[in-house]
Amino acid sequence: MATVSLNGIKKTFGKTDVIHGIDVEIEDGEFIVIVGPSGCGKSTLLRMVAGLETVTEGEIRIAGARVNDREPMDRDIAMVFQNYALYPHMSVFDNMAYGLKIAGTPKAEIAERVNEAATLLQLSDYLHRRPRELSGGQRQRVAMGRAIVRKPSVFLFDEPLSNLDAKLRVQMRLEIKQLQRRLGVTSLYVTHDQVEAMTLADRMIVMNGGRADQIGAPLEVYANPQTEFVAGFIGSPPMNFLPSDIEADAPDGARTLGVRPEHLRIASSGTPATVVYSEALGAETLVHVSLPQGGQATVRQDATMPLPAEGTAVHLEWNATDRFFFDADGRRN
Amino acid sequence: MAGMVEKRGAGYWMTHLGLIIGLLFIFFPIWLAFVASTVSQPEIVKPPMPLLPGDQFFENYRKALFSGINAPVALMMLNSMVMALGIAFGKIVISLLSAFAIVYFKFPGRRLFFWLIFLTLMLPVEVRIVPTYQVVANFGMLNSYSGLILPLIASATATFLFRQFFMTVPDELAEAARVDGARPMQFFWDILLPMSRTNIAALFVILFIYGWNQYLWPLLITTDPSMNTIVMGIKQMFPSGDDIADWPVIMATSILAMIPPVIVVISMQKLFIRGLVDSEK
Repeated sequence: MATVSLNGIKKTFGKTDVIHGIDVEIEDGEFIVIVGPSGCGKSTLLRMVAGLETVTEGEIRIAGARVNDREPMDRDIAMVFQNYALYPHMSVFDNMAYGLKIAGTPKAEIAERVNEAATLLQLSDYLHRRPRELSGGQRQRVAMGRAIVRKPSVFLFDEPLSNLDAKLRVQMRLEIKQLQRRLGVTSLYVTHDQVEAMTLADRMIVMNGGRADQIGAPLEVYANPQTEFVAGFIGSPPMNFLPSDIEADAPDGARTLGVRPEHLRIASSGTPATVVYSEALGAETLVHVSLPQGGQATVRQDATMPLPAEGTAVHLEWNATDRFFFDADGRRN
Repeated sequence: MAGMVEKRGAGYWMTHLGLIIGLLFIFFPIWLAFVASTVSQPEIVKPPMPLLPGDQFFENYRKALFSGINAPVALMMLNSMVMALGIAFGKIVISLLSAFAIVYFKFPGRRLFFWLIFLTLMLPVEVRIVPTYQVVANFGMLNSYSGLILPLIASATATFLFRQFFMTVPDELAEAARVDGARPMQFFWDILLPMSRTNIAALFVILFIYGWNQYLWPLLITTDPSMNTIVMGIKQMFPSGDDIADWPVIMATSILAMIPPVIVVISMQKLFIRGLVDSEK
């Protein structure tokens, strides 16, 4: 168990700046999710913490000690890779035991720790199988087992669920969360999936183009996005962005008005719009409308509400408290 | 329906007939060599040549193995065995290590070294034989096992093959090993080597036969009959001048020369095919 602190982390590949300076203090036992679209530098950031990439500038501290120049094995971390990276010629047991063997752990202790982890992950019956004889979910568990047996102070997850099918992903997500709660190990988890980020994180780091746009608890980030990017990235369906001059009381410098789909209502008066099509999802309905000013918006309404026909002229309304204004740079004003 | 089956049946038998004829065609010279190794000298030179084995099998093979013509064939087989195994193992070790260096380490001139190794593919032994001879002679390695083996060990083909294989191994495997605390050579021994075992087996078969069949190089650097290898030894058995060739012994030697490669191929067939067909990941 340990704290992790990143101070002014920068990364350059040749002449390309990939990460422009990240500062974050991670508390002991905290589950941090780094989320962002592909190419935003989130994996690079994680790999720098792991020691698989060098740090161009800044300082990484694990449990207070500077680790910039330490090899991955000396950082007291364990990592779960996207494609699991299991050793194909080794049994499940040997896969989990390999790190301990190298560290010179006594055989009896290795067996004990591997069996303990296997019980925790329901892998006890598979210890003698090879990775290719396992299902995707089981391989995923072996990869986690390999991380657990080393009893590291920090877990690093690099999109561990992206190779699983949707149903298994939801199940494994829950298992990872429970496991982390039970073990209480500080974790950094990289994903591009904002649902994973929302459900797993104690705090999340939303990254955009090599910068941390916002760091905060999921619901706080959802309720109070600091930039237009964060507002659009977190939440599904995404926030609607309308030209700010739709509102008479828009603050100076505001360019865009953001309203979440669940805060839009179809009403008898308000901003005029035309229904393009509706998606009935069962419990709720998404009504996509186009605005005469240009652009589209999505209204999320309860399935009990009347379903407007395509091409109908409707009016939209929303509460003044549910509005977010963003300036030309995409910052909140 | 019946017609279809009949048609398919005819194709089936025609294919087999073709294969059997082809097989007989290829097998016939070997059969002749075997027959010639079991009869006496006068029977061979008297036309027509016999097509069925005679009664001199043990006599001819005993003579070949233990006295030979210039040197006992048993000794030549030992020399060939040492040379073929030395070349096969040496090439595999060197290529594994150089491919490992080229794929997994960043060092100045990495590409240059790779292309230099690759270039030697275009220079077979025969092309560089004079300078190589010069070097070996200056090292005093004529008529020695090291002279037979060392110059043939550097192998672009095997290095290239292992490089291609290593490049298909996911990077994350090396990274996982690094996080697990494996030093580069531990990664090589514990992970890369076991994963390459089918490739190694396939290469071993190819390289063993390559080494066993070396002709020109041993011919050049072994002047002492006790260092002759069997493949070149056969040629040395042909008489110079007016002497009579001892065909039964020569043929017995030829048959003996074929046995080790055949054993290697048959015993490693399964691994060999797996190594060429799939890469286990």
